[in-house]
Amino acid sequence: MFINKLLKYAFGAAALCVSLQASAGLNIQHWQTSTGADVYYVENHDLPIIDLSVSFAAGSARDEPAKAGLASITRYMMTLGAGGLTDEDISKRMADVGAQLGGDFDADKASFKLRSLSSAREFSQALDVYTQILEKPDFPENVLAREKSRIISSLKESATQPASIASKAFMKALYDSHPYAYDSLAEPATVDSITRSDLQFYYANHYAAKGAVIAMIGDLTRDQASQLAEKLTAGLPQASANAPLPAVTDPQQAQEQRIAHPAKQSHILLGYPGVKRGDPDYFPLYVGNYILGGGGFVSRLTEEVREKRGLVYSVYSYFMPMAELGQFQIGLQTKREQSEDALKLVRETLNTFIEKGVTEPELKAAKLNITGGFPLRLDSNAKILDYLAVIGFYKLPLSFLDDFNANVNKVTTAQIKEAFARRIAPSKMVTVVVAGNAPATASEGK
Amino acid sequence: MFTKKLIMLMLVFPLTAHAEIQEFKLDNGLKIVVQEDHRSPVVVSQVWYRAGSIDEVNGKTGVAHLLEHMMFKGTKAVKAGQFSRLIAAAGGKENAFTNRDYTCYFQQLEKSQLPLAMKLEADRMANLDLSKEEFSKEIKVVMEERRWRTEDKPQSMVSEQYQSTVFQVHPYGRPVVGWMNDLENMTVEDAREWYHKWYAPNNATLVVVGDVKADEVYQLAKKYYGPIKTRPLPERKPQIEPPQIGERRIIVKAPAELPYVLLGFHVPALQDPDKDWEPYALDILSSVLSGNGSARLNQNLVRQDRVAVDASAGYDSTQRGSTSLFELDGTPSEGKTAAELEAALLGEIEKIKTLGVTEEELQRVKAQTIAADVYKRDSMFYQGMEIGQLETIGFSWRILKDYPAKLAAVTPAQVQQVAEKYLVKDNLTVATLDPQPIDPNDNKPKGKPHVH
Repeated sequence: MFINKLLKYAFGAAALCVSLQASAGLNIQHWQTSTGADVYYVENHDLPIIDLSVSFAAGSARDEPAKAGLASITRYMMTLGAGGLTDEDISKRMADVGAQLGGDFDADKASFKLRSLSSAREFSQALDVYTQILEKPDFPENVLAREKSRIISSLKESATQPASIASKAFMKALYDSHPYAYDSLAEPATVDSITRSDLQFYYANHYAAKGAVIAMIGDLTRDQASQLAEKLTAGLPQASANAPLPAVTDPQQAQEQRIAHPAKQSHILLGYPGVKRGDPDYFPLYVGNYILGGGGFVSRLTEEVREKRGLVYSVYSYFMPMAELGQFQIGLQTKREQSEDALKLVRETLNTFIEKGVTEPELKAAKLNITGGFPLRLDSNAKILDYLAVIGFYKLPLSFLDDFNANVNKVTTAQIKEAFARRIAPSKMVTVVVAGNAPATASEGK
Repeated sequence: MFTKKLIMLMLVFPLTAHAEIQEFKLDNGLKIVVQEDHRSPVVVSQVWYRAGSIDEVNGKTGVAHLLEHMMFKGTKAVKAGQFSRLIAAAGGKENAFTNRDYTCYFQQLEKSQLPLAMKLEADRMANLDLSKEEFSKEIKVVMEERRWRTEDKPQSMVSEQYQSTVFQVHPYGRPVVGWMNDLENMTVEDAREWYHKWYAPNNATLVVVGDVKADEVYQLAKKYYGPIKTRPLPERKPQIEPPQIGERRIIVKAPAELPYVLLGFHVPALQDPDKDWEPYALDILSSVLSGNGSARLNQNLVRQDRVAVDASAGYDSTQRGSTSLFELDGTPSEGKTAAELEAALLGEIEKIKTLGVTEEELQRVKAQTIAADVYKRDSMFYQGMEIGQLETIGFSWRILKDYPAKLAAVTPAQVQQVAEKYLVKDNLTVATLDPQPIDPNDNKPKGKPHVH
């Protein structure tokens, strides 16, 4: 009885908060600089902080296989010497004003983030260094030698650790010759072959103002934001836009790899090419995946594999939306003696999900969580900055966040079933098991 | 430059002053701390229990963490798994974590859902239903967590072995997740005993941060937590670690490519926030060594001498155990040995002792502290964490306000003094990872067969 009451209460209140939230909205201002960069800006003076990021289509998909690692090293090396400042100068000048330099890197994009106090001396010093990094990277030869050696060490270390081995094998198998596999092709030899002129060439061709995306939030006015965006892009290289990435092709047959390792737990990954940013199936797949394995403690995978049987600490599934089809992945770790049982159970759970779809109560609960939790997505400047960058980079509608809950609420059980059946073929999935109990295989399975 | 600094301070300090923190106490002993933050229509609710692995006894290590898992397994009124479903249906996120000093449960929600979080959290504070059936599944989950978190991660294994070497008497020597053999022999009775011992309003602090009114939070807390009865708490023994009387060394072998070095010295933790200065000097020392990219370990060992792939220092001044460690760790570069890196790390300590730190370095640490104090206001969860940790360890949240000034008062001579006093050989423990090659044809776990 207690539960029923609580449920009613919870459901009622969540519905109320959805309607309140719809009218709130985030005021995103968007314009283009004279240099051709797209700017996404939210004014917010609650805290004396400015957060900004600049993103370029310079992710690992823009590598060449023989020099895999180049894109990532270019981004990183830009922060280690610019406009005559050494890596030490850069770190000191940032630290002296309490500024934080960060960034993101994935297959699609390379980005640079800055968080600074908005007070004049602090922000101007931080911004000055940040601008040098974007516009005048020096790529010092001796720093490159040092960093290559550090990266090679870390690649060698990763090659001994089961989680990294699994994820690298998974991406290689899933994407094969598609550029989304390039990140997993980085090896000591490819990194070792990278020269200073490679970095300069890569920078000159991938860091143009045109196509760059600037995101800004915080304690600065629209006028300041405009000037800043011009300044940040004025000295960027002149380059033509990248050609679009090739489409990802669906696997023709299942691939199963079993890689020997002495670990106590097996690391298991299953997957298939998933979804694009702006994909018409995005919302059915997103909501459906919440029910399958995205919804923390309440997903079907967690219920079946962890809650009912205690086989794992963590089991999950996710779609990584990218410019082209990013991965749909299911992952778990379990002690090797029970790894075959766990794998079988995961496959059964997925197959049932795809064949039978979701129930109305499951869909209702998913919508309540996703829509009711919407305010948590935007409760900090740091989170909003990331949304601005994604909306800008993938050219999502400016109303993406405003429309988010409505789009979630439109999803039907039929759409979820139909979209999963059309997009995910369980009989053709990639499976990687590291440190499993079955005999190790060669690189290609049936 | 001086005036500009002043301008910045004027921006910063009023903010801190406006941070509305209010404190209440219920008759049953539950402490409530509320920080109003009206930037977003959300709220985070955290319940902190003063019960962590520090309170465990030999043979039952890991029970604090196991109980944390069991707290999601139902009460008389809310069946197993329903807690999570109810919070999820309210749009919430929730989880819990266990540490040496505490166990914390939290929910993040749209603000109107706070009563639900309180109702459910209060219910499981008093009415947990610990069934044998749920226990038998969850203990397996925890063993998987131990394999994942510790046993298959070489550096975690080093850290676990190091802790048990550096603390031979103090309960900080035992891993939070518990020794595997203790987990294998744990029973639902152990979990019940733990729950009845420590889960009481007079052993907990409720921290709420968000778009709420402090007084309304107090009224809600009174309604939901108020009826829960106070319990007598067991006596806690001090279990003080005797002084170390000579260097200690251990080696851990595990499948890996690179060696790893972790070393530490016993140092004091904060006891009297007004009078103590050593903990603040140790904080500064840790920041000078690795508080930013240009700090000494990265600058000297990674960038300049290239003896390390990475290197860092750490110190945590607030500990329930009234004792702390000053630690350094790092991975040697290719061609360098663990011994060379150890010597280089200790060499940086010697440089501090003989040459001290510069005024420039101190200024840099202070600038970062001031900025961090502003940045943290962008995260309600983090602000709650800070308050909850301090309160649970036994300090008031009020010491947060004075922290930047306390750091600013530290002199270069004081930094040198703490290094000379505590960072000495007889007080040193060194743990080294000896990486073992992986035979591609060998698919069996290393080490002696596990006896059940």
